[in-house]
Amino acid sequence: MTQIPLKELVPQEELMTSGHLACPGCGGSLAMRLVLKTLGPKTIVTLPACCWTIVAGPWPQSSLGVPLFHTAFETAASAASGIRAALDMKGDTETTVVAWAGDGGTFDIGLQALSGAAERNEDILYVCYDNEAYMNTGIQRSSATPWGAWTTTTPLGTPKSHPKKDLLAILAAHGIPYAATASVAYVADLVAKVKKARAIHGTRFLHILAPCPPGWKTSDEETIELARMAVLNRVFPLIEVEDGRRWRFTVEHPGDPVKAYLKRQGRFRHLTEEQILHVQAETDERWARLENRVAHGT
Amino acid sequence: MKKVIMGNHAVSWGVQLARAEVIAAYPITPQTQIVEALSEMCASGDLKARFIKVESEHSAMAACIGASATGARAFTATSSQGLALMHELLHWAGGGRLPIVMADVNRAMAPGWTVWTDQNDSLSQRDTGWIQLYCETNQEVLDTTIQSFKLAEAVDLPVMLVLDAFYLSHTSEPVDIPEAAEVDAFLPPRTARYRLDTSDPHAYGALTTPAVYMEMRLRQQEAMERARVVLDEIDAEWGKRFGRRYGAIEAYRMEGAELALVTSGTITSTSRQVVNDLRERGEKVGLVKVRMFRPFPGEALRGALGGVPQVAVLDRNISPGHSGIFAEELRAALYDLPPGRRPAIHGYIVGLGGRDVTPATILDCIARARAAAKPSTAPEPEDIWVGVTP
Repeated sequence: MTQIPLKELVPQEELMTSGHLACPGCGGSLAMRLVLKTLGPKTIVTLPACCWTIVAGPWPQSSLGVPLFHTAFETAASAASGIRAALDMKGDTETTVVAWAGDGGTFDIGLQALSGAAERNEDILYVCYDNEAYMNTGIQRSSATPWGAWTTTTPLGTPKSHPKKDLLAILAAHGIPYAATASVAYVADLVAKVKKARAIHGTRFLHILAPCPPGWKTSDEETIELARMAVLNRVFPLIEVEDGRRWRFTVEHPGDPVKAYLKRQGRFRHLTEEQILHVQAETDERWARLENRVAHGT
Repeated sequence: MKKVIMGNHAVSWGVQLARAEVIAAYPITPQTQIVEALSEMCASGDLKARFIKVESEHSAMAACIGASATGARAFTATSSQGLALMHELLHWAGGGRLPIVMADVNRAMAPGWTVWTDQNDSLSQRDTGWIQLYCETNQEVLDTTIQSFKLAEAVDLPVMLVLDAFYLSHTSEPVDIPEAAEVDAFLPPRTARYRLDTSDPHAYGALTTPAVYMEMRLRQQEAMERARVVLDEIDAEWGKRFGRRYGAIEAYRMEGAELALVTSGTITSTSRQVVNDLRERGEKVGLVKVRMFRPFPGEALRGALGGVPQVAVLDRNISPGHSGIFAEELRAALYDLPPGRRPAIHGYIVGLGGRDVTPATILDCIARARAAAKPSTAPEPEDIWVGVTP
């Protein structure tokens, strides 16, 4: 594949301003910037409680150049459904309605509303930026936190003992027209998926891995590198699923050992060799299941 | 056009005539017939609205919030547990100043499981920033539904109209259904002052620091106060167009009253009958119906009840550990009257969980109030439970 320069690939227009309140190296902010650039100004965003509640800025400021509606923690998908219905009644089918939620608001407290919206095939784009814990409240485990990770509620001695919830499979099981994972390290892939999602009507779901330096206990400048490693080692494969049936890998996943990825992050520093092997085995098993889905569509 | 319809369908007719644009709802007895009828009206095209069949009441209110914030006229209906599940979002709608209209069919709270009426569901939502209007008849239900949209949109506050389970919701009464064109003249399409608009992007509901939060709540309180005046204006206009008026309160046969009943909901109709009977016997008993509970019509109640020696409040609700809620609010509102004009307020807890409140129940309350008024008797406790096995 010929490399297209990012400058040509990503629209120049900025719909996220400087002065936002994200931490240095925030993956969730890179994700917002790229998604909004791709969607353009005919976009309305609704945000439940998450890091972005703060990142967007306090009243009367906003770091977004599109209308933004702050909503309650568990209501991203249902509030977005209401916004969509109102736009439909006004004859506006062009504007994209984006529900933009963290992993807590998606995997946990907002899952019921998301499932409801997906079952109704609401014409919304739901984006989960996943930093793998409740980071805004100070690093508590969510059901998106990986096995073995330290958080303030899975402290050393009792790190997380359950694997990350397979959310993409849950969304795909609703048979929605489009569900995909994406990474801030794979800009071309991310932009292509947002463009594809924008052109589809119905529920579209995008799950973006968003490294979080304060929560992952990493340096600010490691965000992109870690996001890339998570794809290369198959911890966070880049996939898209159409109509819940056609599964496809969208980039190469050579299958690097997970060890280097884990060793780079303070949240995994306590893992023993044996535990690292467990993560490797879990990753391999999930990969095998995914390959099967890609091959057979289930 | 006169039709014999249930209270639930009076709501549905009102919503259709008000041309709601987005409806989001979840089934719960005894409300369900409201949204079943609306669903049919949407399917037939009689009502041009998007009906979102959500997976919970929580999502119903969230969807109404999203729709209202985008400028649409939004409606939902619920009862009891469903209203309680919405609680967080009732604050969101109130604080967000979104003119959503909701019908709550008063149903007692579980446990034990019950579908019958009392007011604890709606009164538990007292402090969420919603206007609350309690209805007595199916005609009032229909009229209030339409008035509610006008009121909500005039002051940018959500309105909850409330009707008793079964006594209104499932009881058929003749209702005069106004012509669509006449309602259109009364209630034009919504023009939202603020809305999510890609040509004029703003953020709504963002983080507010202590430097600004209080002012936002003050604006909300000012809107509530304005709602008192606006309700009167709307009610007067309704009266001119349709010949029916309700007011925030209604004083019934209060001339020279020595004892006044204070009621809300369908207990009012039974109380009217009791008052009529007693008046025929020359007894000076009157009635004050409270239609608007939020904003609380304190001044109107001081006017109607100031100087009346005895007031008996019939509360189909209870604030456990305190008292009946209408009695509690009335005591606070009348306390500032000068001593000579301040009534003795007797509170009676009646009809919880749908227990019948008959003329005999009401006469019992009146007899107790009169007995308590005699100087020789010991003062009553704050509230008496009437019609209950001790």
